[in-house]
Amino acid sequence: MTTHSDPGPGAAPAIELRGASKVFRTPSGAGHTAVRDLGLTVRQGEFVAVVGPTGCGKSTTLTLVSGLEEPTEGQVLIGGEPVTGIRPEVGFVFQQDAVFPWRTVLSNVMAGPRFRGVPKAAAKERARDWLGRVGLAAFEDRYPHQLSGGQRKRVALAQTFVGEPRILLMDEPFSALDVQTRALMSDELLELWGGASAPDTAASVVFVTHDLEEAIALADRVVVMTAGPATVKEVFAVDLPRPRQVESVRLEPRFIEIYREIWSSLGEEVRITRERGAGHAA
Amino acid sequence: MPREPLEDSLAASSAPGPEPAVVPEREREREQKPETQQKPEPEPQQKPEPQPKPKSEKGSTGRGDGMSSGTGRTEARARAARTRRLLVHTARALLLVAVVAAWELMARTNVIDPFNFSMPSKIWAQIVQWVQHGTAQGSLGEQIWYTLYEALLGWLIGVAAGVLLGIALGRISFLADVLGPYIKVLNALPRIVLAPIFLIWFGLGPASKVASAVVLVFFPVFFNAFQGAREVDRNLVANARVLGASNRRVTLHVVVPSATSWIFTSLHVSFGFALIGAIVGEYIGATKGIGLLVSASQGTFNAAGVYAAMVILAVVALLAEGLLTFAEKRLFRWKAGGGSGADG
Repeated sequence: MTTHSDPGPGAAPAIELRGASKVFRTPSGAGHTAVRDLGLTVRQGEFVAVVGPTGCGKSTTLTLVSGLEEPTEGQVLIGGEPVTGIRPEVGFVFQQDAVFPWRTVLSNVMAGPRFRGVPKAAAKERARDWLGRVGLAAFEDRYPHQLSGGQRKRVALAQTFVGEPRILLMDEPFSALDVQTRALMSDELLELWGGASAPDTAASVVFVTHDLEEAIALADRVVVMTAGPATVKEVFAVDLPRPRQVESVRLEPRFIEIYREIWSSLGEEVRITRERGAGHAA
Repeated sequence: MPREPLEDSLAASSAPGPEPAVVPEREREREQKPETQQKPEPEPQQKPEPQPKPKSEKGSTGRGDGMSSGTGRTEARARAARTRRLLVHTARALLLVAVVAAWELMARTNVIDPFNFSMPSKIWAQIVQWVQHGTAQGSLGEQIWYTLYEALLGWLIGVAAGVLLGIALGRISFLADVLGPYIKVLNALPRIVLAPIFLIWFGLGPASKVASAVVLVFFPVFFNAFQGAREVDRNLVANARVLGASNRRVTLHVVVPSATSWIFTSLHVSFGFALIGAIVGEYIGATKGIGLLVSASQGTFNAAGVYAAMVILAVVALLAEGLLTFAEKRLFRWKAGGGSGADG
């Protein structure tokens, strides 16, 4: 289902998926449908969280938007233009550690601008600025293996934000972190994103997670995916006021109400996935 | 994955050959520790970790249970480690002395035939004589230099070709599909038999030895580079691409650095192969070199000369190995355990 998009005067939605499907070829030669007939619209400056059962194809959705993969069918549009490859305005934070282990923290953050041809001095300046914002200014000469998991995630955030992406794709970025670090990082993410203070200039975010609490605490809308092959099941608006504090917002009655409402939809898909058994989970 | 069959075939083809594609990192770290090094590094447990690493499993030094008992225990442990190290060194030296002495004794008492087996004193005398008066082919330094030069040149060419081709084939599946079977066939060939052919092609000079060193060095380096390029973390590649890296940049900034540890593993092994190539080449026919010393000594039934040449070779090989290890440590500072504690 396509959602209630409300483009401003003449402005195309930041991200639009129209009937997008992705079929992967398995080693045995058979086709595995990861996502089918996906329709989704993300407005400028909107924070959308995508939840769904494990392995249902949420990540595939992001790789389609990022241009890392092309849809088998259907269309993916960014700012009204079809995605044909990787675009400079798209940032991607991965689930696993994806910082370069042989580069120092500073050099990791400089990587994006350098790849895109920014002169070294300017890239260094921008990288230092972002390292300061994620609180790693004192760690710029470290190598990733000398940092904690949370610090490495901050490097990854700085590495992505330094490119000033208009579109921010996040694939369960905090799932490998412990609970406290996770809450902290969620708050920091909201601050870096800046959607609360400056909704006009903030990036449009698609945040994939399997954690419904995290989704509600962060997002403007929560998209529930069906059990794989994934497609959009329902979309819920989260009308909690911003700015939010992740730890406190989840205690509000409205939060719990929303949680219950979404879980009644998501829980069913989780149950279907579970009944199919672990063998089909991938 | 459609490319798997070839990957399999290449990987498999490396197995029966004399040089298996070596597994990097952990294996290598383990193997470079013992015996061969004269001064072994301090045991990892008692190495102080200056970096503020909040990993809890490192905190075994016992800060929690009272400072005094903790430091006392640390000291005791350090002392025990020192004693053990001393013991190991002494035992090592004693073993060497015992073997050499037994050899000398058995040869002098004619338990073993001194003509065939020679004896340490004669070998030493031979080395001294070579050093002082030179060999029949010229000065000893010149022989060593020749062999080293051939091995080094062959090694450099072999490594360069192996790395370039390995990474190219690892990145470009079309090339891998086309060239795969041929590389497999060439690798199956016992390449040392090529040495006589090279002698015919390139003559008695260094070129034929360089060629045999190249063919010996190329394959292990190639297979490791190929494997390294194939095993690159997909997330890193995806991340680099999203950050705007072109294909060329992905190769240079992601594939090459992550393949480096694989490649370095093969460098250790392959320098040995380069020496073998040079020596065998010289042995078959040369005008200079340690291999020629061996064959000339053998021709005059001078067993001491053969052994002496072997000793010289061993020293040269060990020195080269030490240099490589040093270079590797400098290069892999980004790795946990790669000597990173020093630069904090």
